[in-house]
Amino acid sequence: MFHWLEKNPFFFAVGVFLVIAYAGIVTILPDFMESARPLKGTKPYTVLQIAGRQVYIQNGCNTCHSQLIRPFKSETDRYGKYSLSGEYAYDRPFLWGSRRIGPDLHRVGNYRTTDWHENHMLNPAAVVPGSVMPKYPFLFKKNIDLDTAYAEAETVKKVFDVPYDKPGMPKLGTFAQAKKAVFADAGKIVAGMKNQDVKDAYKNGNIKEIVALIAYMNGLK
Amino acid sequence: MQSSNAINYDYTVAKYFTISAIVLGIVGMSVGVLIAFQLAFPELNNLFGEYGTFGRLRPIHTDGVAFGFTVSGIFATWFYVGQRVLKVSMAESKFLMFIGKLQFWLYIIGVAVAVVSLALGYTTSKEYAEFEWPVDIAIVVVWVLWGVSIFGLIGIRREKVLYISVWYYIATFLGVAMLYVFNNMEVPTYFVSGMGNWFHSVSMYAGSNDAMVQWWYGHNAVAFVFTVPIIAMIYYFLPKESGQPVFSYKLSLLSFWGLMFVYLWAGGHHLLYSTVPDWVQTMASIFSIILILPSWGSAINMLLTMKGEWGQLKENPLVKFYVLASTFYMLSTLEGPIQAIKSVNALAHFTDWIPGHVHDGTLGWVGFMIIGAIFHMAPRMFKKEIYSKKLVEAQFWLQTTGIVMYFTSMWISGITQGMMWRATDQYGNLAYSFIDTVEVLHPYWTLRAVGGSFYLIGVFMWAYNIYKTATSSKAIEKEPQYATPMA
Repeated sequence: MFHWLEKNPFFFAVGVFLVIAYAGIVTILPDFMESARPLKGTKPYTVLQIAGRQVYIQNGCNTCHSQLIRPFKSETDRYGKYSLSGEYAYDRPFLWGSRRIGPDLHRVGNYRTTDWHENHMLNPAAVVPGSVMPKYPFLFKKNIDLDTAYAEAETVKKVFDVPYDKPGMPKLGTFAQAKKAVFADAGKIVAGMKNQDVKDAYKNGNIKEIVALIAYMNGLK
Repeated sequence: MQSSNAINYDYTVAKYFTISAIVLGIVGMSVGVLIAFQLAFPELNNLFGEYGTFGRLRPIHTDGVAFGFTVSGIFATWFYVGQRVLKVSMAESKFLMFIGKLQFWLYIIGVAVAVVSLALGYTTSKEYAEFEWPVDIAIVVVWVLWGVSIFGLIGIRREKVLYISVWYYIATFLGVAMLYVFNNMEVPTYFVSGMGNWFHSVSMYAGSNDAMVQWWYGHNAVAFVFTVPIIAMIYYFLPKESGQPVFSYKLSLLSFWGLMFVYLWAGGHHLLYSTVPDWVQTMASIFSIILILPSWGSAINMLLTMKGEWGQLKENPLVKFYVLASTFYMLSTLEGPIQAIKSVNALAHFTDWIPGHVHDGTLGWVGFMIIGAIFHMAPRMFKKEIYSKKLVEAQFWLQTTGIVMYFTSMWISGITQGMMWRATDQYGNLAYSFIDTVEVLHPYWTLRAVGGSFYLIGVFMWAYNIYKTATSSKAIEKEPQYATPMA
């Protein structure tokens, strides 16, 4: 049979494809629906948090920080309750990471504050001596991309039926409504910050990336 | 038609991709060395503002060496090996020649857009699939063009039986196509809501499902970029260079179909103790162990091909590259399954042991095969002797030293950090804060960066040697049969 296949490239290719294709089907499909269910109480991100999550992704925070607490005592002691599948139901993409050059962040909102993040992002080694994390002064200079954050929320609502605007769930509404909500959310973060540039920018109607990033991380619980 | 010398093979496209393999190898590995030094000396993160941080550069390194250096090497060797084992010249078909050149230029444009977009922060964040959807589309087009080349050349072949290398090239084409398309399913947000950045997209899958698809892809991208096409290379270049027939046809059959069947199940070993279903994790763990069989099958087949001919290792530096490559392949394919055992993985996951494992495979196996393959091809493409045998020797030893420094330091640092994370004091409290487990790694990170630098210097020596070969080496009149002529 193999000799015959080696002279018939078409059937050879079909054979290879069948052999490699079905492992994916057998391992991924059976639990697909179940793995997509949210926990009771898991809510989609607010638009400001989505903007912050985009900042997190743009700067590759996931290359050094995991968001997956494994069920070992050494991990739950250090980071909090182990992660559950349903908690990730609105994570597109997932951000588990593969290397902990820095600590896990899945529940960082439980033990770090706006103030801590503000100091740390400007100069990590000043807050954690010996830290190898880069400084992120530019997050205090750049404005968030509100349009793209809203576009992402609207897309997941329309395409994947993410329950915005449902009872007990975050409001999305029109872009104008969402913008108002984003400024209200951002105001709470800005109030807890010291940086004068960020405060001035907020007064002038601009939200800096650092504000959205902190909003996102404070929501990780 | 009987003698291979009767056909005038056309290496135009092979030469193009040889150049891009060298250039992108230098780019990708230079970024790798820079980010390795960034871990040891964090001030280096501030060199280029937001574009120079570890998080931005890391995907440029990984994608640069995987899709730049390695994929160029795969294409270059295909456009060389393909013609020769199918006994047909690219010059015989204007159409295939056009497709080959088109593939190259689209590839170069794709690479340029990819590098710039990653530097600007346009990323999906999924490892080795970071490119946003416009780049994905460019990649799919390039890949389809390559498929046209493969099956086009097969279509007009004179040699009816497909040689082992061709099986592996076909599998590479099919495997990457399937994996890449399904893992990069994403919805561009601009087209749904009509606002925001048109580069941006969201993944078709969420949470645990996204992780499953990603590591089904991520692990098997390793299979079909770093393993399968590299086996295609060694099945051609080792027998050619050494003048020895492949040890066992049956073993090559068993290894090929075994590898195809087993590899795809093992992706879940990246997700042990995560929130994906437990049975998937166990299955992945078991299949990872089974994977030793077909992996070692190919490697042993290659080593036994050298049976009774080990003296060649003394005379021929290219045989050294190939033999050490298959040895690193064996090391790496034993180490991987060990790390896929659940209890070992509990320690190893999230530590430096994982990138250490990746690099003994990529530097030792993938890098050495591509470097060795291009050394074999160069005199036959340019009709010149290799410029300097001494330089090849020096490069080999420098890079081997670099690899050993790299993986030994990463083993120590990975296991050290893994042990410290779980260490407790006499009352059962965690013994170390997180930063304790980072500070202790400094000497190992420095050593790793130095090892990587050695390897990079070797790549520069390789580039120089090939450049001098093409431009100012002694011409050869007749194509050499076996051992590559070197001055």
